[in-house]
Amino acid sequence: MNRRTFLQSTGLATGSLLLPIWGRSVSAFGETAPLPAADKKKLADIALNAATKKGATYADVRIGRYLNQFIITRENRVENIVNTESYGAGVRVIADGGWGFFATDQLTPESIASAAEQAVAIAKANGKLQEMPVELAPQKGVGEVSWRTPIQKNAFEVPVGEKVKLLLEVNAAALKAGANFVNSNLFQVNEQKYFASTDGSYIDQDVHRIWPAMGATVIDPKTGKFQTRRGLGIPCGRGYEYLDGKPEGKLAGVCTRYTTSYDMVEDATNAAKQAREKIAAKSVEAGQYDLVLDPSHLWLTIHESVGHPLELDRVLGYEANFAGTSFATLDKWKTGTFKYGSPQVHLVADKLQPGSLGAVGYDDEGVPCKKWDLVKDGILVNYQKIRDQAHIVGQQESDGCCYSQGWSDVQFQRMPNVSLQPGNDPKLTTAEMIKGVERGIYIVGDGSFSIDQQRYNFQFGGQLFYEIKNGEIVGMLRDVAYQANTQDFWNSCVAVCGENDYALGGSFFDGKGQPEQTSAVSHGSSTARFNKINVINTARKI
Amino acid sequence: MAQLSESDAQAILKKVLGFSKADEAEATLNGSHSGNLRFARAAVSTSGGADELSLAVKSSYGKKTGTATINEFDDASLEKVVRRAEELAQLAPENPEYVTFLGPQKYPQPSAYFESTAGITPDWRAKASGTSIDLCKEHKLTGAGFLEDDASFTAVANTHGLTGYYRSTGLDFSVTVRTPDGKGSGYGVADFNDAAKMNTGSVTQLAIDKAIRSAETRAIEPGKYTVILEPAASVDLISHMVSQMDARMADEGRSFLTKAGGGTRLGEKLVDERVHLYSDPMNTDAPGTAWGPDTRPRGRVDWIKDGTVTNLAYSRYWAQKKGVAEDQAPAGVGNGFRGGRTVGGFEGAPGVIMDGGTDSLEDLIKGVKRGVLVTRMWYIREVDPQTLLYTGLTRDGTFYVEDGQIKYAIKNFRFNESPVIMLNNIEALGKPVRANGCLVPPMVVRDFTFSSLSDAV
Repeated sequence: MNRRTFLQSTGLATGSLLLPIWGRSVSAFGETAPLPAADKKKLADIALNAATKKGATYADVRIGRYLNQFIITRENRVENIVNTESYGAGVRVIADGGWGFFATDQLTPESIASAAEQAVAIAKANGKLQEMPVELAPQKGVGEVSWRTPIQKNAFEVPVGEKVKLLLEVNAAALKAGANFVNSNLFQVNEQKYFASTDGSYIDQDVHRIWPAMGATVIDPKTGKFQTRRGLGIPCGRGYEYLDGKPEGKLAGVCTRYTTSYDMVEDATNAAKQAREKIAAKSVEAGQYDLVLDPSHLWLTIHESVGHPLELDRVLGYEANFAGTSFATLDKWKTGTFKYGSPQVHLVADKLQPGSLGAVGYDDEGVPCKKWDLVKDGILVNYQKIRDQAHIVGQQESDGCCYSQGWSDVQFQRMPNVSLQPGNDPKLTTAEMIKGVERGIYIVGDGSFSIDQQRYNFQFGGQLFYEIKNGEIVGMLRDVAYQANTQDFWNSCVAVCGENDYALGGSFFDGKGQPEQTSAVSHGSSTARFNKINVINTARKI
Repeated sequence: MAQLSESDAQAILKKVLGFSKADEAEATLNGSHSGNLRFARAAVSTSGGADELSLAVKSSYGKKTGTATINEFDDASLEKVVRRAEELAQLAPENPEYVTFLGPQKYPQPSAYFESTAGITPDWRAKASGTSIDLCKEHKLTGAGFLEDDASFTAVANTHGLTGYYRSTGLDFSVTVRTPDGKGSGYGVADFNDAAKMNTGSVTQLAIDKAIRSAETRAIEPGKYTVILEPAASVDLISHMVSQMDARMADEGRSFLTKAGGGTRLGEKLVDERVHLYSDPMNTDAPGTAWGPDTRPRGRVDWIKDGTVTNLAYSRYWAQKKGVAEDQAPAGVGNGFRGGRTVGGFEGAPGVIMDGGTDSLEDLIKGVKRGVLVTRMWYIREVDPQTLLYTGLTRDGTFYVEDGQIKYAIKNFRFNESPVIMLNNIEALGKPVRANGCLVPPMVVRDFTFSSLSDAV
């Protein structure tokens, strides 16, 4: 995951003019409706025909229009408002048994045909290095179809002034509650992507995502110490309605958390107060604790220790040079008895989950999306696959996990939404779970994260750490991080709360691949308990 | 179209600014031609290329600013993007921190563009990668690698008469070689502006040697160890520290350079007195860009000299607010230097240079009584911005050294360490080499904190 990189590279962190999101900007009042599918079909057919004529045995084309709006604020001012539109096409082909890809931002018949021809030339050059030709799992063409994220309010149609007003209210609330500094941002994404392939698919999709991000910082000039509490809002596959702050989207407790709706102003007030509490909090005593992990925290642990190791491209070695491989090797999977976690652990992949970042109708190689088990009753049962991998594990079907961040990048295997299913006791709440813990820490929000290249050893921080003694929360802790081995950790899961406690978390900026691409993915869970986890103290003196 | 000459680029920018009705406007043109090839399991997994050209226009009315970009270049589109930037500027609230655009500047001309790189073809990429794949096959090892090249230019002009143009090329190659049983792994990496300097065979051979040598590992207890850090291992910790040397964050009390009781640590000795960290766009081994993100010309900047914090990075607004003279308020590193590659998603800042000595890595190893040789670090993340504490892991070749010799491979470690502490614990520095767009010496550091073992290979 790579938010800092993204902000720096787009210049958003500094208000820079150097915006490498190639493309043209739309006015705040410009046309946001997708381009007519018929126009895109004509261009797509030109590309597919050009590729076939040059010798491609398979070709697909993605014509993409990517709208982004970023509003960046701090304290009482707007640092930047950026609207971008990126429009172009990428053509991917198989020729002489190898893959080739070429992209163009010139959407003329001549240019898109030329891109297809260059993709074939690249494929043929690469084909000389292939020992075995690329083999795709069969995919019947789906004809002319469409899909749209089920949003209620299109964020791009909400006036910029209204959004600026909200963020400045958020900042004012944090400052009023004692923050010395506050940053708030609103990221809005609309991917309008048209996919066509020589299989006979013509798929028009309109995908929406939103992320309200915020952080309140409190400083103590006497000691030179400072603490930040980031917002508990999530990036999600929803429209602007996510910011309505409806009561039914809140979870009460020692810290107010949010599920399907976000009250950003309320959270800003809480963030400032809790940042001040963090400065005065007790530094943690290193040792073993029972951890009670909120969904706003656990999503990231699921992402790193379940989502990534079960990507089949990693397992097979395709990511060995960068993201790494996986401890969840094929021989372990083939036994059918590999205990990934305790019997309470049921992890599913779901490309259709409403409100999630990864929800689409079809993936970026035309495969209809679905939901499937990865770990059932604690046992590893499946991976995440795309079309050119299925045959390697003796399967006939892709899981629909192919994605590209834009028209100029080649699509490859990306993580679907991966989530922990609620526990068997539907009545188990967080409060009840905490009552049963003798010595523990309740962690809310995600923080620092790191895991090795085979996904064994990980370390996670968080936003808020509450000490639990004899079934009660007794105060806040700081300098907390926990370390564990993935398999040990999931086997230490002793309870998962019921469905009422379920919430999504997620990332806009999951990084993978070379050249590195980002993708957006959600992970859901209910609050879960993990026994005897090693906690370290991260305080240092420099 | 992706590569324009200076005169062609400036002609477009002049036309763009001619459409402006704002109080002031600035236009930037970026173009690139890039290609890449990725291989694994003895075959190409992905490969592609792209030509891209984009224009960004920033318009201002008073202290209200808007930015718009476009990738179409007919006259109507050029006027349209100017109007859109102006429309966004009118929508934006006033920014009290707004600073007017610069007038004409004298920019350096870094030696960063090479025809050898600009002319790379798909066949060249396939051949260079084929060399690596073949070497792995000869040794019956599995290689996964990535080769990426680009040729790019940037041109800028504004309504105050500022103009600028520079171009650069870059080529990166890396390969991870693993033994068939998955017990050994080695990494090789190199990046250059000039493709003629690239030898994918020698890079691969280094990775092969490490993979074979690391096939049998022993576990040693985590704890504090003397470490020998190869430049590829330490570069991101060091360059990220420099990227965090921001004056405003320190003044505001939320930086590792904030001082208890107020003020910053500028002028204070922070690390070992042998540490000299600087950036210099004219360095021929790791050239930078002509200007930074706010169009100020890049020059040589000492960030830490003789172990003392010598400069902090300033935005133009913050320098004016604090009354700091221009020559004392350089722009920060990163955000414009070429060659920046994320390592495990961790953004170091390319263009950072650290002086060292004359010893090779092998010389340094000979001087170590007992220690750990770290060849690559992975998944580095900030744990605490207060102390710049980072966590991450060793990867692809970690070895135990005794009496000046590599004795055996060891299992990987997780570390929790701050570069500030690390650079205070220096025992020896070797000859700097290029790594990830920077120049960094191999170094010996005592008391490096390894906090747990990892089973990963």
